[in-house]
Amino acid sequence: MGSHGIKDRVAIVGMGCTSFGERFDTSLDDLLIDASNQAFTAAGVDKDIVDAYWFGTAQSGMSGITLARPLQLDNKPVTRVENFCATGSEALRQAAYAVASGAYDVAMAVGGEKVKDSGYAGLNAFPVPSDGTNRTLTAAAMFSMVAPAYAKKYGVDDDEMKNVLARIAWKNHYNGARNPRAQFRREMSMEKICASPRVAGPLGILDCAGVADGAAAAVVVRAEDAHRYTDRPIYVKALSFVAGNGSGLIDPDYDYTHFPEVEVSVKDAYAQAGITDPRHELAMAEVHDCFTPTELVLMEDLGFADRGTAWKEILAGTFDLRGELPVNPDGGLKSFGHPVGASGLRMMFEAWLQLRGDAPEDRRIANDLPLALTHNLGGYPGEMVSFVSILGRELS
Amino acid sequence: MDGSNTVRGIVSAAGYVPFRRLQRADIAKMFGSGGGKGTRSVASYDEDTTTLGVEAARIALRSAGATTPSAVWFATADPAYLDKTNATAIHAALRLDRECPALDLGGALRSGIGALRIALDGVGTTLVVSSDIRTGLPTSGDESGGGDGAAAILVGDDASGTTTAPVIAQYLGAGAATDEFVDRWRTPGERRSKIWEERFGETKYVPLGVQAWQAALKAAELSSGDIDRVAITGLHGRAVNALAKTLGLADGVKVDDLAGSVGITGTAHAALLLTAMLEAATPGQVLAVVMLADGADVLLFRATDALAGYQSARPVATQVRSAQDLPYGKFLSWRGMVTVEPPRRPEPARVSSSAAGRSEGWKFGFVGSRDRTSGALHLPPSRVSMDGGALDDMEPAPMADVAGTIVTFTIDKLAYSPSPPIVFAVVDFDGGGRFPVEMTDVDAADVKIGDRVEMTFRRLFTADGIHDYFWKARPVRTAASDLEVS
Repeated sequence: MGSHGIKDRVAIVGMGCTSFGERFDTSLDDLLIDASNQAFTAAGVDKDIVDAYWFGTAQSGMSGITLARPLQLDNKPVTRVENFCATGSEALRQAAYAVASGAYDVAMAVGGEKVKDSGYAGLNAFPVPSDGTNRTLTAAAMFSMVAPAYAKKYGVDDDEMKNVLARIAWKNHYNGARNPRAQFRREMSMEKICASPRVAGPLGILDCAGVADGAAAAVVVRAEDAHRYTDRPIYVKALSFVAGNGSGLIDPDYDYTHFPEVEVSVKDAYAQAGITDPRHELAMAEVHDCFTPTELVLMEDLGFADRGTAWKEILAGTFDLRGELPVNPDGGLKSFGHPVGASGLRMMFEAWLQLRGDAPEDRRIANDLPLALTHNLGGYPGEMVSFVSILGRELS
Repeated sequence: MDGSNTVRGIVSAAGYVPFRRLQRADIAKMFGSGGGKGTRSVASYDEDTTTLGVEAARIALRSAGATTPSAVWFATADPAYLDKTNATAIHAALRLDRECPALDLGGALRSGIGALRIALDGVGTTLVVSSDIRTGLPTSGDESGGGDGAAAILVGDDASGTTTAPVIAQYLGAGAATDEFVDRWRTPGERRSKIWEERFGETKYVPLGVQAWQAALKAAELSSGDIDRVAITGLHGRAVNALAKTLGLADGVKVDDLAGSVGITGTAHAALLLTAMLEAATPGQVLAVVMLADGADVLLFRATDALAGYQSARPVATQVRSAQDLPYGKFLSWRGMVTVEPPRRPEPARVSSSAAGRSEGWKFGFVGSRDRTSGALHLPPSRVSMDGGALDDMEPAPMADVAGTIVTFTIDKLAYSPSPPIVFAVVDFDGGGRFPVEMTDVDAADVKIGDRVEMTFRRLFTADGIHDYFWKARPVRTAASDLEVS
């Protein structure tokens, strides 16, 4: 028994990502075709070269046929996967393991979501027939309970806490403003963020991620084959995934200031990749900033800051675009937007751009370290799934 | 009396008055007419006659010690379901034995006091629950004069030598008078009643009341002067007042009918007044309750010595005092008289009947499970323990009567609710265990970490005509003595 990972056995040789946003004039089919074609082109392959597909969507379609039909795949194995908001990451994880197993030479992960066709703001869960006793809260409300708990535990007063959360949103808007694919490409003043109307608990509308349509894709091959497709492959160093058992909701010891599922998944990922000092070994991180308090807590859960100190580091600019460890240089969920099935792959797309030096100059990270982390979660405090990947520019 | 030492009567009695009040003066402020003085009780948007009945029944059973009913009867003029029995939800919420029948006696106002009389004249231990939500068009007398509430009377025998709770009010006899006339009527589905010209009802009701009164006195072998306290009610206020005068009661005999504070709760009101009267009575007093509805019914009781040792888990008077005003606009929207903009979220899907049926203990009884080894409480119940992983080694953990404390909370302005915003709290129960749960009977601005809460049975929403019943938390506002503290 043991989690051994597939360090340096699989490489990403092509990626694609559509622009995210309120794409009312674009269908899911269009998004999937566009993201896939970008990835095919980047890898120099066509759809027939790819042996197997993993397709992630939370609730925009059912089964592999949702991808096979628009791409007109010729009797390929296409698997639809779903794991809450970590769905896109899950698609990549399955494709990478399939290649690592030797079952296929070339695999592709595609994630997409057509969120804006629901006609409602925010995300809305697909209703599973039930006994009617489940919570019906929004994700914003569930995550809003993190902010006061953190503030109380570490003695951060209300005004300071508001400032910390606004600083996270400010940074992600600053980065997103420099990202032509992002949903919100405007910087946002601290004052405006602080004054945004409340939606849940202390959270204002500008503490929440954008909800968007979009798709992203990645082509993966065996590491030893990578240079047949690109001069600059990105290697998979670690893939880790945890599905919580929901006990945080009913465990009186849980205090809403950390996410145990994240702590477990990142520990596994660091072990797979051989990382011992993430803050100084990582070039950048893409993290699941669905709401500003989530990013705050993740800085500690992922080991970027000591417990109780992330709020100070955020104010000090540690995680800014030119900071010591840039977090969400592409704008994150906050301003890139969150098409559920695509987001995990979108995070990897940013690692792909930054590690290869392809990010636009005005948002290119300053350091030259070879490793990047993506963190993608789904669910709520107390009941979540957590995914972590480590990607690298070099074989070790 | 048959000469045996068995005494039949009331073992416990409880009323439930919802938390919200409408100031009647607010009606005229909006419409320029209607309203009046005082307040009326208002069932919350998440209450119906079934949930009101559950709350009354829970208090009645808590007040009755170890005595459990062998039957549950439910009477209301405003049933949550037709065809389907409503008493079964009460039966489930009280976690009664499957052998215990649960029956509705519905439709007419008279069914409340009627159910009580049949139980008193019958055998066994019967929980008689009556409940009502009184509606009327804006500015109508029914709107301002009505009230929402429920009562639950546990009727049984006092047999010496048993372990069950004693009879606190011995049933002495009843009188009735019946007549067919259309004074007040409502066809099924209507949100309002219609009323004939008032004088007609008065001329019918007063002689009927006198006739029933005399019949009851005769049955109990009593005279009018033997009666210490009388509660008189009915939705025909003019007839009720006229009957009280006609009966020539001595000063102080007629008790407050709660019209000024609660309003007349229709089907429930006779039992609600009987409960309030009992809670203020002393042993030996003879009590009468009179209801005018399609005739008249009179029930007579004598408070027993056991009343001295009886303590209601939550007296009616306490609930009448523990109240908060509701803006008139909210009242109108809660009763469906106006439709306000709903949250822009999808409405919930209907509850799955088969899923709900499987989880009856959890959904209706709020019964979790507790790991026999680690003691970890699982809400909802779980076969596998989150602490240690033991399989199928749990015992049922009924949590409906356990109080708790708010650990943290949030206000959700986006989520679907029939009356947004949702106030949602993480609650740690006394004695261990946690559950994140929606709150009710509270304004968002009034919630604080550390507040004490108790569980209450509510209707979360209705979809495709199926009511979703489950539990919420509400602030503890009355003495904590009636709550289980483990």
